[in-house]
Amino acid sequence: MSSHSPAIDIQGLTKDYPVGFWRKRMRRSLDNLSLQVQEGEIFGFLGPNGAGKTTTLKLLMGLIFPTRGTASILGRPIDDVAMHREIGYLPEQPYFYDYLTARELLDYYARFSRYSTADRRTRVARVLERVGLTASADVQLRKYSKGMLQRAGIAQAIIHDPRVIFLDEPMSGLDPIGRREVRDIILDLKMQGRTVFFSTHILSDAEMLCDRVAVLHLGKLRGVGAPSTIVSMDEQGMEILFEPGEGRSLSASLAQRATPVGGRYRLDVREAELYSALDQLRDCNARILSVAPLRPTLEDYFMRLVERQPEQPTAPVEASTR
Amino acid sequence: MMAIPVLFALLFVLQTRIDARAQAEAQAQEELMLRSPAAIEKMSLGYNSLLADVYWTRAVQYYGERFATPHATFGLLWPLLDISTTLDPKLLPAYHFGAIFLSQSGNSGADRPDLAVKLVKRGIAANPKRWGLYADLAFLYYWHFQDYKDAAAAYLAGSKVADGPAWMPIMAARMEQKGGSIDTSRLVWSQIYESSANEKIRKMALDTLKGLKAEEDEADLNNLADQYRQRFGRFPSSFAEMRDAGLLRGIPVDPEGYPYVLGADGKTSLDPHSPVVIPEVPKTPPPLPKD
Amino acid sequence: MSTMSGVVAVNTFREAVRDRVLYNLVFFALLMIGAAILVGQISIGIDRLVIVNLGLSAISIFGLVMAIFIGVGLVYKEMEKRTLYSLLAKPIRRWEFLVGKYAGLVLTLAINTAFMTIGLAAALFYVGRPFVRSDASILVAVYFILLALALVTAIALFFSCFSSPMLSTLFTLGIYVAGIFAGDIRNFGALTKNPMMKGVTSAIYYLVPNFHNFNSIAAAAHGEPIPFALIWQNTLYALLYIVLLLVASSAVFSQRNLK
Repeated sequence: MSSHSPAIDIQGLTKDYPVGFWRKRMRRSLDNLSLQVQEGEIFGFLGPNGAGKTTTLKLLMGLIFPTRGTASILGRPIDDVAMHREIGYLPEQPYFYDYLTARELLDYYARFSRYSTADRRTRVARVLERVGLTASADVQLRKYSKGMLQRAGIAQAIIHDPRVIFLDEPMSGLDPIGRREVRDIILDLKMQGRTVFFSTHILSDAEMLCDRVAVLHLGKLRGVGAPSTIVSMDEQGMEILFEPGEGRSLSASLAQRATPVGGRYRLDVREAELYSALDQLRDCNARILSVAPLRPTLEDYFMRLVERQPEQPTAPVEASTR
Repeated sequence: MMAIPVLFALLFVLQTRIDARAQAEAQAQEELMLRSPAAIEKMSLGYNSLLADVYWTRAVQYYGERFATPHATFGLLWPLLDISTTLDPKLLPAYHFGAIFLSQSGNSGADRPDLAVKLVKRGIAANPKRWGLYADLAFLYYWHFQDYKDAAAAYLAGSKVADGPAWMPIMAARMEQKGGSIDTSRLVWSQIYESSANEKIRKMALDTLKGLKAEEDEADLNNLADQYRQRFGRFPSSFAEMRDAGLLRGIPVDPEGYPYVLGADGKTSLDPHSPVVIPEVPKTPPPLPKD
Repeated sequence: MSTMSGVVAVNTFREAVRDRVLYNLVFFALLMIGAAILVGQISIGIDRLVIVNLGLSAISIFGLVMAIFIGVGLVYKEMEKRTLYSLLAKPIRRWEFLVGKYAGLVLTLAINTAFMTIGLAAALFYVGRPFVRSDASILVAVYFILLALALVTAIALFFSCFSSPMLSTLFTLGIYVAGIFAGDIRNFGALTKNPMMKGVTSAIYYLVPNFHNFNSIAAAAHGEPIPFALIWQNTLYALLYIVLLLVASSAVFSQRNLK
């Protein structure tokens, strides 16, 4: 682990919005968030809609101002505009100047970093290639599909080779191929030693990509840690996949719990019941296709977290980092 | 899709009907919605110069429509000129136009020489270096008010202006000496004819000059008729007799070419068909406008 | 363009061009052509006067419309459409962004005005007036119009930082009209013997930008020279007021939470 300051250091960040007709009441959309992300990490920021993810990102980018708390990126406070040279940002539902083409847009944004004209041109071409927009580079953005806009957004976030990249819902609007490409880009960035901080709903992506994740709910941090450690809190079970045969039928209790999955059946049992279940299946002449441990997903953890009553918040769970 | 041009055609026809009816009414009432020059100036939001041109153009058209039509009245001429010159005090043509046509009577003017003086004085206040305005003021004093003193003063003031023409001090002197004579009047109107760029004004000056010539001719011919009577004991019965007597060289015609008519009392008058009109000078001049 | 503001300014200009704003030049050209052709026929003895009056007034009005309608959207549109999000994540300060947007619109107005002035010159040429030295006052009048437009743009920009386009348009227009009548407002206050009214109207006079200073259309139309003192006074006045407005805009915008 490097001994540098964290790439992202958030301390007690809080954001209140005035609501109501007279703007007297306050709604707390982010409550005392404290978090650190090390350089070189891919960090996932998870939570349902309204959890405060976009609020956090907007605070970090200086688009809105905190009610309390501080944050720094690469050791410099978030109001240091010069620090923006080292960061890239993809906003949620990006909207760009629709009268520009992708190439013009990237060229425009690249001008805020000081490149020579030739250098800039090369970078633009390179990043267009990277996100797969070379063919439509000279079409006006107003004619772009959502997926293409998303790619243009990623392009402008990385064109200046920033050290830390912030992505708000980078996969949204993309088809599976597009999502795969974005995943590859993110992994690529990590290989280059960059830090990626992204928020998402798609938990399987978070599981696959992230070194660590944080879960936000109703403005509060609920859990931080590597995906595996977060989900390892729960009891494991086993999943049996089988095809029915002719013979004695399963016991009623087991038969109830078997779910048909396209011609086959799936049966989840506790570890303790495994062998008795297998015996029963053998008696039915069922054909066992697979037996695998059932790992609860981030999704399960997530759904359980969200279903919990808001009045009974759990203490944020701090799992150790890898 | 065909409906669109058809509808436009209908609108066009309808509008021409509306306009025709409005035309007839407009002649009867004279409409000028806003009369206050100060209000209009405020509303012009700084574009008063352009608006002045608009009102000035309107004034000219207004006059042109009514000129020489029977029973013409020019009630709106003053307000239009008032507005134009308030919006642009340097609109010189308007002062000149007003000087002539506000003061003219009959069906060629508004018959308000007092307003004309007011207008021209305003023009002089805003444009003190324009000799033409002084000349116009002098003309008004001379012709419409028979006020030779003020006329002379105006000519003198105009002569002091940088590019004032040489005849102005001469005219000033004439006013003092021979104010009221036909000669002087002819000089005044000649100056107007020569120095005006406005076609209508030049025509009016020319007509007046012809009228003045006819007036002079009549006086001369009356004189000759008296001489004839003194010689022959009776008035001549025709110009031919006067010619035979050596008093005339030929049969006299007026400036438009119509022969004069010799009356039984020896007085010459114009042929009734002649377009020449001897300008009338009011027996009692109107009161001078108060400042 | 190496400054952040410069980059934004050039892009703002590009946006105006792509939005076909410059097409208003076509209408202006048609207007001047029509005027040049008609003026000889309907007005009497005042060809030059009408063309210059019409041309300068049109330059002023077209410019005003452009300055207000584009100006009130300069910041508002970017906040609404959220194009500002990715932009402010770049190393550009908020005030640099404001100055850039402002400069871009003023640049657009300047180029637009330049083309219109050429059109005006062409119309004058057509009606047969050779150019004389006194025509320099036309150029000065155009310069004053441009100063006024720059000032109006700054006002519109200020409102754009926190108010919707419709309200901003009303406010900006209101201030412009008040600025034209500023002298009258003060005179009116002086006429009422009420000291409070006098104080209030005097305050209005000095607070509101006095746009009547910048109106030399009549002088240019009559070919009168415009005193040099007025030229540098107006320039200084406009500059000071514009800087004031940009500073105020910056103060408002720097505190603003983007939604």
